[in-house]
Amino acid sequence: MKRRSFTLMAAASVLGVGVLPRISLAADTIPVGSIEVLTGPVSPYGIAIRDGETLALEEINAAGGVLGGKKIALTVEDSAANKDQAINAARKLIGRDKVVAIIGPTLSAEYFALAPMTNQRKVPVIGTSITSIGATDIGPFCFRTSLPEADVIPAALRKAMARGAKTIALLYANDDLFSKSSYDQMKVAAETAGLKIIDIETFATKDTDFSAQLTKVKGLKPDAIGIAALVEPTAGVLLQARQLGFGAETQFLGGNGANSPRLGEIAGAAADGIMVGSPWFIAKDTPQNKAFIAAFNRKYGKNPDQFAAQAYDTMHLLARAIDKAGAADPLKIRDALMQVKQDGVMGPLSFNAKRDPASAEGVLVLEMHAGKFSIAP
Amino acid sequence: MLAQQLVNGVLLGATYALFALGFTLMFGVLKVINLTYGFYFTAGAFAALFFTRYVVASVWLALPVAAIAAGIIAMACDGLLLTRLRRRGAPELSSLMVTVGAVLALNSAAAALFSPDIRRLPVGLVSVESFNFWGVRVTTAQFLVLGASIVLVGALIWLLRGTRVGVAIRAVAENPEAAGLMGINTGRTAALVSFVSGALAGAGGMLIGLNFNAIHPYMGEEMMLRGFVVVIVGGLGDIRGALIAGLMLGVVEVLTAGYIDSGMKEAVSFAILVLVLWTRPSGLFGAPKLRRA
Repeated sequence: MKRRSFTLMAAASVLGVGVLPRISLAADTIPVGSIEVLTGPVSPYGIAIRDGETLALEEINAAGGVLGGKKIALTVEDSAANKDQAINAARKLIGRDKVVAIIGPTLSAEYFALAPMTNQRKVPVIGTSITSIGATDIGPFCFRTSLPEADVIPAALRKAMARGAKTIALLYANDDLFSKSSYDQMKVAAETAGLKIIDIETFATKDTDFSAQLTKVKGLKPDAIGIAALVEPTAGVLLQARQLGFGAETQFLGGNGANSPRLGEIAGAAADGIMVGSPWFIAKDTPQNKAFIAAFNRKYGKNPDQFAAQAYDTMHLLARAIDKAGAADPLKIRDALMQVKQDGVMGPLSFNAKRDPASAEGVLVLEMHAGKFSIAP
Repeated sequence: MLAQQLVNGVLLGATYALFALGFTLMFGVLKVINLTYGFYFTAGAFAALFFTRYVVASVWLALPVAAIAAGIIAMACDGLLLTRLRRRGAPELSSLMVTVGAVLALNSAAAALFSPDIRRLPVGLVSVESFNFWGVRVTTAQFLVLGASIVLVGALIWLLRGTRVGVAIRAVAENPEAAGLMGINTGRTAALVSFVSGALAGAGGMLIGLNFNAIHPYMGEEMMLRGFVVVIVGGLGDIRGALIAGLMLGVVEVLTAGYIDSGMKEAVSFAILVLVLWTRPSGLFGAPKLRRA
């Protein structure tokens, strides 16, 4: 009997028929949706985001909620890293749950897939992990709180220049969109900063031998070397560079792909000295960040990562916008989002006219020592 | 810089040759394009990884462990997958397709079991310091790969030319039926060839994994394309040809990347493959119609 009712419920939910009363529809709550990758290989990112936004949600509701005592009710849908499933989740959140805003989705590809629809339905969607160029150009209801890589890389380049770098060689994986985009932004950032690019070399993401490119670069004696690739080839380049005799006199710089603890695990001491720009770091010494890490540890028994931090700030910013809008109305909340400001764990957060983060002030430069990142001196 | 680039090319070529040795032996004797070969390479690297991590962190003990483990796996795979087809005289294409299916299944299973993450042998297993010869740098791992390629080529040639077992292997390569009628146990010879090929793959997997600091379930898969080139350019079943073709491929790739454009590396080396096969369809060192083993 019990089994049958479960089957019925499962069938109902598969068909999208709401047979059960939704708590989020109750009048004293404000429904907010979130679409994240909760299953499959990419799920660690989506789960970190869900954890971050859920923690912020509990803090907001415990502190009295929004709009004079109403609680926010969050519905998190799984996209399973599938574009169609992400679009369907957005339809369900807007049509059935009547959400006033959506946080997510996790992946840029999902964002590009669902944002035209949510924009047309005039519901704000706020990406917390979207770094691709042009994501928020889709329409006036498309926001993101994650800094595009173009805002993160210059910080590391400036640090290298402050240490005396005048010339740079760039290496990138030319068979992977993420790496190519990272390279494009690194190149523009280097030109803007006034670093002279003396060589550009390519390799394939699956390559294990980089000796030819590195030997050529070594002959040109650049002050700095920028590597735009996923973490595994970045580690491979560093390991071979050390074998070929690159020492501390060459400043290595990594793109977003290098900003991973895996780099130290694979490359070991060879990664010592590489610098990356990062929108957040666990050891960031601000009261907001310390409180966030303590609360996250109390609730989940582990340390947060960058994705949890971005989602945490985003949920707080959205709550502010709902309060400022004065009503559970997506149109008013959109306008309020354009005005709210907050000083969160990532630093100052507000939107510019293109609905991207207005400030890159919170960006940190990290440097690796003995397999671990710390804030670069 | 040219000296370092030439050394880079020879060292890269040595990894290709080391990978291709067992492949060309298997190909030349058993007359099967056995795509599971890449998996034996991966299996050897993983055997060495687990051995050095949980038993003893020693290169000299891990190398035979990797070779024997991969050899046994190769013997089992060949026995299970191909003996039946060989007995029935199945066409070569069926055998090829069986190994295509098997290698996909084995690689996915390995990825599911061990996760597709890139791992490395324990830090400090061999010295990471590189030797400096008048400005040309070579690491211990690179010496091991180069040394192993040369020693194994010598050992294989001796096995095939200088021993009774070698005579049996060459006889089977020449004509399995006739060899069987002459009293050679062809089944056992096939198993032996599988074991030796697998052992070569396993030793190569460990050394190349050590050299590039990258061990993952698809590492063999990624070497297969280069392996094919080396085996075909060198001449099917030609051990010396594999060594020379491997070194040539490595040098061409490195010189293209160093002096023309790193993006043109594959384009140039595979264009050379096409040219070689156009002019010499049996490979650089293979005389037409002459089978070597």
